[in-house]
Amino acid sequence: MKQLLLGNAALARGLYEAGCSVVSSYPGTPSTEVTEEAAKYDEIYCEWAPNEKVAMEVAFGASLAGKRSFCGMKHVGLNVAADPLFTLSYTGVTGGIVICVADDAGMHSSQNEQDSRHYAKSAKLPMLEPSDSAEALEFTKRAFELSEEYDTPVIIKMCTRVAHSQSVVELGERVLPETIPYEKNIAKYVMMPGNAKRRHPVVEERMKKLTALAETTDLNREEMGGTELGIITSSTCYQYVKEVFGDRASVLKLGMIHPLPVQRILDFAAKVDRLVVVEELDDVIEQHCKALGLSVSGKDLFPVIDEFSQNLVAEKLGQPIPESKPLDEVLPVRPPVMCAGCPHRGMFYTLSKNKCVVLGDIGCYTLGAVAPLSAIESTLCMGASVSGLHGFNKALGKEGEQHAVGVIGDSTFMHSGMTGLANIAYNQSNSTVVILDNSITGMTGHQQNPTTGYNIKGDPAGKSDLESLCHAMGIHRVRVVDPYDLKACDAAVKEELAAEEPSVIISRRPCVLLKYVKHNKPIIADAEKCRGCKRCMGLGCPAISMRNGKAVIDNTLCVGCGVCEQLCAFDALKSGEV
Amino acid sequence: MVHNIMIVGVGGQGSLLASKLLGHLLLQEGYDVKVSEVHGMSQRGGSVVTYVRFGDHVYSPVIDKGEADVIVSFETLEAARWIGYLKKDGKVIVSTQEIDPMPVITGAMSYPEHLVDKMRAAGVTVDAVDALTLAEKAGSAKAANLVLMGRLSRYSDFPESAWQEAIEACVPKKYLELNRVAFAEGRAEQ
Repeated sequence: MKQLLLGNAALARGLYEAGCSVVSSYPGTPSTEVTEEAAKYDEIYCEWAPNEKVAMEVAFGASLAGKRSFCGMKHVGLNVAADPLFTLSYTGVTGGIVICVADDAGMHSSQNEQDSRHYAKSAKLPMLEPSDSAEALEFTKRAFELSEEYDTPVIIKMCTRVAHSQSVVELGERVLPETIPYEKNIAKYVMMPGNAKRRHPVVEERMKKLTALAETTDLNREEMGGTELGIITSSTCYQYVKEVFGDRASVLKLGMIHPLPVQRILDFAAKVDRLVVVEELDDVIEQHCKALGLSVSGKDLFPVIDEFSQNLVAEKLGQPIPESKPLDEVLPVRPPVMCAGCPHRGMFYTLSKNKCVVLGDIGCYTLGAVAPLSAIESTLCMGASVSGLHGFNKALGKEGEQHAVGVIGDSTFMHSGMTGLANIAYNQSNSTVVILDNSITGMTGHQQNPTTGYNIKGDPAGKSDLESLCHAMGIHRVRVVDPYDLKACDAAVKEELAAEEPSVIISRRPCVLLKYVKHNKPIIADAEKCRGCKRCMGLGCPAISMRNGKAVIDNTLCVGCGVCEQLCAFDALKSGEV
Repeated sequence: MVHNIMIVGVGGQGSLLASKLLGHLLLQEGYDVKVSEVHGMSQRGGSVVTYVRFGDHVYSPVIDKGEADVIVSFETLEAARWIGYLKKDGKVIVSTQEIDPMPVITGAMSYPEHLVDKMRAAGVTVDAVDALTLAEKAGSAKAANLVLMGRLSRYSDFPESAWQEAIEACVPKKYLELNRVAFAEGRAEQ
């Protein structure tokens, strides 16, 4: 049956058809839907793990037990899981392991633009790279076969445009692999020096075999056309190249991006007059070609920054591009904003008002850095708000401790914030951490996490209690505030910054977009009373704007959270009751 | 021959349902189809764009500058923002709804005036629809996406039955009637 599937959904279908049994992932754009879609198949056990390292180790355990397993993550997630990844390369697998990493060239929803292909090279693992949904499905099945045949985890590299594009796929049946019984194998699975020394040569030998495979596999294919120009490419770049050239150029399309073939590339190069590599981000294929002594163009023409498109490929390779006429007018930009009624807003307003130095983290609340709140002063990676705050305070002493806070979401705290908090408690910086607990993983589209009490299917599950957790880690001052209550937020921030010991403020209210959250009637703006002081505008709420010098409320956006009402000194903003 | 439709708007306006519906329709009509969506951070009230491409064989999942046959915009400013993606003789279907972006909310800029006229003056064919009012008439402001799909259907050769079948396949049963009415409002309104 033909169906239009998102690249990520097609990959999930591949997991189903390949008989994958266990899936453990941490959400991250653009990888999240793989696991969400996999969870729709009752035959696959799926879960959200607290972080990517845990997810990969779960996949390892399932493989050890003889089952096919999977973990998926975004590019920066693989940094977190890099520890198990490199040694998993040594142990190899029992049941096949497939790891999906989704890059985000163009940084649609990421803090950096790293190229995950370097991981395949340095961890010495095969990496497949699909160019559309049909390949995402097919390559996933092939990846499990390769994993078991070559005794190695296999990485599937997605990118935003493949992960988040729908294209046509043909669905197949689920085929369960033969059951592999668990067997104790200390030499293969206990990676202490003596054993690891014997496994490393196995890894090197495996790479040689995989390189031989790259020479012949149909995962790589030659599409001969005009021979004036030969292009080596993969992933979504292949689509752009074909869009521009059709059959006018010859293409070596690489589906297996590591290890790269040698003879096959030399043969292809010999058939064309001019050789060009078209690859997003770093010059991985190009450097390989250059090491083979080939004269090749690549990053001399194409950028190492941002994603590509058909016009870019056309322009850089001397082809015409269509005429384009933008409107001759400076238009206001429309960056993403915190939603109307977002529970984070009240806390950020409070932190901004108290002139706190705020070390931020990864999530919706990173938008607290945007004007007019401009409340976040650093964002590095998952968990860095908490550990960074400790360093900031150790460096500045009281000067830091009385003004600086770290803000981190509930899911991010469980992912990487806990260890930083343990450090604060252990090494005693007088730090104030604010956990912005909106009871969900928000930015990636509402995934459950260990603090929500529900699993990936929305069924009741175990629940980590944040208050007890902080207490148990050695933090004595733990208090909960409602971020819709500005007075309570202000008191909490002032008191905890002044306190002579580490503290945690849990700013708790569920995300306003959650289905179970009831909205109040919109706030009513009284034009008679409004003096146009613009104090409410300091909240950066998309539901409030000024018209003819008076505050007006957008009824389609306002959820009646009442935070603006608390700010108005003239009673011009009144709740519309429930 | 590949046809290109862009759906643009503000994150949260319901463009994902519109692209799902188009994807379903085009696949049923026997085309190769690619639909490229935006997930993640941009969805939070930012400028969003969905590309829908169909033809005998579609390679690139994205539409580039100067390539779109039609831009369907859920919001006026967003239509103006993406106008450079339109083909020379392309068409814009735009909802007259205006949503202030943050620079306007903070007072740093004002919402540009007379954008529809300016687009027309630039030689673009613009079909401006009060989709919000029509959607409210149909029963919910949230059905503006279906009003716009109804409007788009007027410029397509596909039979209305094919559109209706796609609506039925993509919309939850509970909201089917509402969406049907909204579609009809968009298709009928002059």
